[in-house]
Amino acid sequence: MRYVTPLKAAEGLGASHTGTQDHWFLTVTAVALLVLTPLFMIVVACAIGLPREGVIAYFGRPFPAIITALFIIVGMLHFIRGTRIMIDDYLQGGARKAGIIISVIFSWTVIAVAVYALARMGLATLVLV
Amino acid sequence: MADVNRGNRPLSPHLQVYRLPIAAITSIMTRITGHALVAGILLIVWWLAAAVTSPGAFACADWVMRSWIGFIVMTGAMWSLWYHLLAGVRHLFYDAGYGMEIESARKSSTAIIAGSVILAVITLILFFAL
Repeated sequence: MRYVTPLKAAEGLGASHTGTQDHWFLTVTAVALLVLTPLFMIVVACAIGLPREGVIAYFGRPFPAIITALFIIVGMLHFIRGTRIMIDDYLQGGARKAGIIISVIFSWTVIAVAVYALARMGLATLVLV
Repeated sequence: MADVNRGNRPLSPHLQVYRLPIAAITSIMTRITGHALVAGILLIVWWLAAAVTSPGAFACADWVMRSWIGFIVMTGAMWSLWYHLLAGVRHLFYDAGYGMEIESARKSSTAIIAGSVILAVITLILFFAL
């Protein structure tokens, strides 16, 4: 069984024009998320059930804030590349472009809201101290 | 690509009449869980943003988070996250060239399903016990 495809069609950066950079980015973020995922679960599990002041004070601390920020940012950047693969598989033409644009805007919005909330909590704690 | 040998290559299965092997099911589940778990992230981020908005906004988000809807979303996202993590680990092994044989793919598929359920149950037990 031969799976060989012609080398000349895959020279340079290939049909994607970006080479394997999406795959490599997914690999790097996957390894990072391997560590971040259990830590983020612990952080969230400890926070659920706290009153509002407790939540603000909890995420004002360095460890919960940094783990949450890293998980949301790295996770949503991983999500952009992951949805991109699905969009490339199932959509063509204008719908594909629209899907990619919506996915990128959605992910960065989630990141911005999370970072804003964490920054506010950190500053609120700073004022209390 | 006229110079490609097209005669001796495997056919893509006709999905309507093809019973998917467990490795195919766990593969498509990787994609589904990866997208579904974002529902949990959205709930958490909304809950965080509500906490810095106003007491009323937090009361609303916190009610949803602690209701049965929140429990289903968070538990589902938690299991999806474990599943996607284990399936992602398998992809790292695939990339390194290990576990590509049919028998080992079948075994790792079973391990991913069982492992994600076990990890989800342990997570729930720890969450309610501590």
